[in-house]
Amino acid sequence: MKALRDFIDKQKPHFLPGGKFEKLHSTFEAFETFLFVPNTVTKRGAHIRDAVDMKRTMIIVVLALVPALLFGMWNVGYQHFLSLGQHHDLLTNFMYGFWKVLPLIIVSYAVGLGIEFLFAQIRNEEVNEGFLVSGILIPLIVPPELPLWQLAIAVAFAVIFGKEVFGGTGMNVFNPALTARAFLFFAYPGNMSGEKVWIADKLDSFSGATPLGKALVGNFNSFPSVHDMFFGFIPGSVGETSTFLILIGALILLITGIGSWRVMLSVFAGGYVMGLLFNLWGANAYMNIPAWQHLIMGGFAFGAVFMATDPVTAAQTNRGKYYYGFLIGVMAILIRVFNPAYPEGMMLAILLLNVFAPLIDHYVVESNIKRRLKRVRLTVTNQ
Amino acid sequence: MSTVYNIKKGLDIKLLGEAEKTIVDLNSSLFAVKPTDFIGCFPKMLVEEGAEVKAGSPLFYDKYRDQIYFTSPVSGKVREIRRGAKRKLLEVVIESDGKNDALDFGTSEISALSREDITASLLKSGVWPVIRQRPYSIIAEPGEKPKSIFIPAFDSAPLAPDYDLAVHGHGKEFQAGIDVLSKLTDGDIFLNIHAEKTLSKVFLNAKNVKINSFRGPHPSGNVSVHISRLDPINKGEVIWYVYPQDVITIGRLFLTGKYDTTQLIALTGSEVKKPKYFKTLKGASVKNMVDGNVSDVKLRTISGNVLTGDKIEKHGYVGYYHQQVTVIPEGNYYEFFGWAKPGFGKWSFSKSFPAFLTPNKKYRLDTNLHGGKRAYVMTGLYEKVFPFDIYPMQLIKAVLVKDIDLMENLGIYEIDEEDFALCEVIDTSKTDIQKIIRDGLDMIRKEMS
Repeated sequence: MKALRDFIDKQKPHFLPGGKFEKLHSTFEAFETFLFVPNTVTKRGAHIRDAVDMKRTMIIVVLALVPALLFGMWNVGYQHFLSLGQHHDLLTNFMYGFWKVLPLIIVSYAVGLGIEFLFAQIRNEEVNEGFLVSGILIPLIVPPELPLWQLAIAVAFAVIFGKEVFGGTGMNVFNPALTARAFLFFAYPGNMSGEKVWIADKLDSFSGATPLGKALVGNFNSFPSVHDMFFGFIPGSVGETSTFLILIGALILLITGIGSWRVMLSVFAGGYVMGLLFNLWGANAYMNIPAWQHLIMGGFAFGAVFMATDPVTAAQTNRGKYYYGFLIGVMAILIRVFNPAYPEGMMLAILLLNVFAPLIDHYVVESNIKRRLKRVRLTVTNQ
Repeated sequence: MSTVYNIKKGLDIKLLGEAEKTIVDLNSSLFAVKPTDFIGCFPKMLVEEGAEVKAGSPLFYDKYRDQIYFTSPVSGKVREIRRGAKRKLLEVVIESDGKNDALDFGTSEISALSREDITASLLKSGVWPVIRQRPYSIIAEPGEKPKSIFIPAFDSAPLAPDYDLAVHGHGKEFQAGIDVLSKLTDGDIFLNIHAEKTLSKVFLNAKNVKINSFRGPHPSGNVSVHISRLDPINKGEVIWYVYPQDVITIGRLFLTGKYDTTQLIALTGSEVKKPKYFKTLKGASVKNMVDGNVSDVKLRTISGNVLTGDKIEKHGYVGYYHQQVTVIPEGNYYEFFGWAKPGFGKWSFSKSFPAFLTPNKKYRLDTNLHGGKRAYVMTGLYEKVFPFDIYPMQLIKAVLVKDIDLMENLGIYEIDEEDFALCEVIDTSKTDIQKIIRDGLDMIRKEMS
């Protein structure tokens, strides 16, 4: 490592102000700090600091996504061969999916990080690590056969208009990954919904509808089993199908404390309660499916665990997080059941609550302020 | 005994190098008074280099509050007046003549003294600056009457000195100090002890005070925590606070007539070979503490604790309000893939490192920042170590956007930068939170004056 360090130290002056490549300073710094935690020491304030930093935080989230990602790759292959009426071993399925999904990941990271580096340089800041997570989330929430150019445009749109125009990481209102998906959904609906898109290279005669797609048209006869839905042997976006592996990711986020249990819990609670209400109403077959089944269908679990918990776009106060999560759950099921144009409500529910999160926080903080003012009044009257 | 307050939120950072309970005379020949220890003080010198001084002789005063004098802790000669950039006064260094001559400020029966007499004596002798006020943590305003006075009788910071040991055998002076303070307020004097650890009779048998006990992780010993539970500050209100060894200094002034700051300083930290207590006066040089007693690596010497202390030079001077010196290793090294490795042996509050599996391990921590500065991303983290009914992140952001009304509404009067030290330590974004809060307090103080 010494040799590598020496090499970096030797190149460093070229990238400092006045050097040959000063315009690439942020990029250089990003790679340098990627390899080595910098030698910066505390200058003011507390003299010792926690070993945790943004890179550590983000890499844990990526790690939590890995089970769903690996399964997603396998499932892409499995569904493909299933539609052809073939059965193959685990490795064949996985490799087929791997070569389908890898380009998505590469395009997502290349476009997104490229823009991030550019903006960091313009702002003369260090590159924020937020896109490490967004960049892997995006391939997981799109259909396996999405044209790469569409993905590239969506990522560019999400990073520039979803994030950088607001001031970059930490300032964005909308979840960048969902912004990309929403962009795709409205710009290229033919590639983002319907029966055809969820299975790679499927035989035309084979129905590729997701459980949500079937539920929407009232087709409950060929509904997949609960077992298949929970473990994820169903068509869908790359990473969303296996509730089981998403929950393993959730466990990683909860143990490390990086994902908010308040948000996760309340999203599931909100979805469940809404499902129950529909059960009571019971006006049609869709309303009658058991409330808990909603939680393992579509992108609900994935959204609850990985999207709603994005700390930047969620409510920031602990109390606000309960309201925020609960309303996401409620809205997601409401949209699913009521709105025929959108088979999956999770994406729109989260984006909607992203907008309302600051308002929720405002009222939570306001109640704290009122409590303080009340104390002043009490002291004044007591005197 | 009245209520026990259980502080639940907070964090004890377990470090190596706790001071053994042995006391050694320091025999320092150099002392310094540092105007930078006093927030908002604009010093005007009264002596020149080479001047002869006694303990209690004025060295400088505050330009904007000219009744507040800062006096020499020891008799001898002014050896150096050190100035920094823009001629900012940094240190007034005094070389002791070993005689301990002190000016006599006269003794009298405390009960017979009026508030004015007491204030005058404290100001003239230079004892007054030991009394500070909240909000802002500046030296108390002599003309003002605080609604109450707080004495924190334990320190919960990492490797904190044991106040029980520090006051041992000084019961009479401590009580005299309390009696003096009780003349300065119409309200209560709160003496706040640790529910289990405080055993000294000096504290437990103190009269004229309300004793309350606290327990729980740091910052349970912080004065803001005590104030928040016992007598919260509203806008416009002022509370004073004094540390126990300084209460003794106050008592001594009235019992002996002398400015005698004899106190214990704990030498702590992983790099100290024999961590222990030193008996000395305020502002002593750390030279005789650390020479031959610290390890050979690159070191950082801190006056105070690792959370809130000031970085001083290798042979610098103990700060006016500090009762502890901490020596830890500097952390200027690169670490290959430090963020990606499992990180066994590293200390972290975050459970993304395995440190949480060994909660009782004591660490040798250095000054490495462990990352780069970032935007605020994580939420709900500061709240875990911040035992106030205040939204820390929202308050920090209010300061950053310089919104004074919002700062007030969010409770900036109730806290001090030291209360945010733990937030700063565990901050994923590596921002200087204590500095931000101090800037906010300065902004408000400027606006109010």
